[in-house]
Amino acid sequence: MELSAAVMKQWALRINAKMQEHKDKLSELDQAIGDGDHGHNMARGFQEVANKVEDASYDDIGAMYKDVASTLISKVGGASGPLYGTAFLKAANAWKGRDVLDSAVFTEGIEAAVGGIETRGKASLGDKTMLDVWIPVRDEMKEHGADAEKAAKTAEKEAEATIDRVAKKGRASYLGERSKGHMDPGAFSSQLVFEALAEVYKEGAS
Amino acid sequence: MAKVSIIVISHSKELADGIVDLVSQTKQEDVAIAAAGGTEDGEIGTSVDRITGAVESVTTEEGVLLLFDIGSALMNAEMALEMLPELEGRITIADAPLVEGAYIAAVEAGMGKTLEEVKKAAESAKEWKKIED
Repeated sequence: MELSAAVMKQWALRINAKMQEHKDKLSELDQAIGDGDHGHNMARGFQEVANKVEDASYDDIGAMYKDVASTLISKVGGASGPLYGTAFLKAANAWKGRDVLDSAVFTEGIEAAVGGIETRGKASLGDKTMLDVWIPVRDEMKEHGADAEKAAKTAEKEAEATIDRVAKKGRASYLGERSKGHMDPGAFSSQLVFEALAEVYKEGAS
Repeated sequence: MAKVSIIVISHSKELADGIVDLVSQTKQEDVAIAAAGGTEDGEIGTSVDRITGAVESVTTEEGVLLLFDIGSALMNAEMALEMLPELEGRITIADAPLVEGAYIAAVEAGMGKTLEEVKKAAESAKEWKKIED
């Protein structure tokens, strides 16, 4: 798998399109177990990201994703700003100076992103957070190489799997057992991130 | 003499401003207290830029203690620290109830205590019994 700067820009724009499209569902999921602002925050944050990168010209994918990250960090007031912001900031460091990402370098970025989310959110696999999606996606990429379509399928399956889990982090953790039966909103937004990747990769490759 | 400064971080602008007003009533001389409440566009949430801005508005010579309300406010406080590497060792975050912690911190800072002492005192607010048996 190879991702050009053009495809990587489309990724950021497609994430935005997906967040706008699923804004209400993200908020509904968050209303069930959190504070209900996830759809609003993601839609607003990625709209700002799209505004920032759409007309800018980048040779360096690292610089592009540094802009994505700093926009999320400064524009999103909830937990998703620092978490997604840190994820993309760490990935941007791994992608620095590249105008194209091969499977290995892309995977390094995802690995760094997961490390960033872990440090920032202090959560682990199975805590019913976005990491329940990001960690399996990373593991699969490390083992078999980056495959956008597989990543999207894994993300969908793992987001679904958060439904039966009890939340250990964030506001949802106050609900304890009552957090069961609802998909984690951060896991769902993460699923959308990898779905967006699969779509733009497919379009870029054809 | 410079004293420890205090930053009150809350998801709500009104809450942060209100706590600063409340704590300022103790009239601690030379203790700078600044609010970092709400997001840039006045919504509920916290903002790294507002936190770093509040820190930059106070004296940092004797140190700065950050107090926060709930959840993701901590993540943004931690990011603010990472964005201010020049203050390393002179800035720290207290694990304390916001109202009581800010109140105690202001009093202790006013007595000229060190950053570590002010932080400990603020954190001791967790053990306080508000109603005696």
